[in-house]
Amino acid sequence: MTHFEDRSLATYLTGFALAIVLTAIPFALVWGGLLTGPAVYAVIAVAAVVQVLVHLVFFLHIDLRSTPVENLFFLAFAAVLLFIMVGGSLWIMFDLHHRMM
Amino acid sequence: MADTSVSLSILEEEEKKSLEAREFGFWVYLMSDAVIFALLFATYVVLSGNSAAGPTSRELFDLGHTAGETALLLLSSLTFGVATIAMGQGHAGRVVQWLILTLLLGLGFIAMEVWEFSSMTRQGAGPGTSGFLSAFFTLIGTHGLHVTLGAVGICVMIGQVLVKGLTLPVRSRMMRLGLFWHFLDIVWIGIFSVVYLPGVM
Repeated sequence: MTHFEDRSLATYLTGFALAIVLTAIPFALVWGGLLTGPAVYAVIAVAAVVQVLVHLVFFLHIDLRSTPVENLFFLAFAAVLLFIMVGGSLWIMFDLHHRMM
Repeated sequence: MADTSVSLSILEEEEKKSLEAREFGFWVYLMSDAVIFALLFATYVVLSGNSAAGPTSRELFDLGHTAGETALLLLSSLTFGVATIAMGQGHAGRVVQWLILTLLLGLGFIAMEVWEFSSMTRQGAGPGTSGFLSAFFTLIGTHGLHVTLGAVGICVMIGQVLVKGLTLPVRSRMMRLGLFWHFLDIVWIGIFSVVYLPGVM
């Protein structure tokens, strides 16, 4: 994490350009009403996940070589935790909602 | 003479180790903060349909406004990155200039959010109106509070760079503040993807 000397402007600009494209796609879809139904949600979800990865790689400089392994481990642990807690909460609440109808 | 240089290098080594430990600690904090936001997101998704005969997200959200906030936050991430590069090259003056620009972009974001909150409250869509709005204000407000604290952090950082110069501890603090600032931008991706875009459909 301390190798800030070898960071270049090109890395940040690449990340910035990718982030703009990945933000513009879902905004344009919703604004223009180009797609409807579940397809829009799928595009928004994919664009969001890819953009989070872009931010992690180009802005937070996470990579498999120079990032300390504990940090990667913690990132993966947090991702699993988020998946269980958010996925589990939504599953339980929507199932409950369905049964109460 | 040789003894002092050896003890100096040992001291530097120790300082580096302690700063690395702090960076890891800060990373652990960020991940736990991510858990807080994830649960607020889950709460929002569960409650987002419960507008209790009050105004719905379709009537309240303005995508243009959200796009403006997104642009300000993304640009501020870039300017913070440029400040980090200037730090790597050892230009304290340029670090301060880019930090000031980052601060202004961050303050612009906060101003847009405060304006949004106050105009919603004036329309009778305050946090007490419905489950949807309670969850909305809690999630967006928590993010806004983080950005505000980040802006305070940038002010402190500018002061430290000006007073102490680019010493090793100052560089480490700057790196940690950068992690925090970029992390907030990541949370914002979740906010416009989960709250605003589906909200206007």
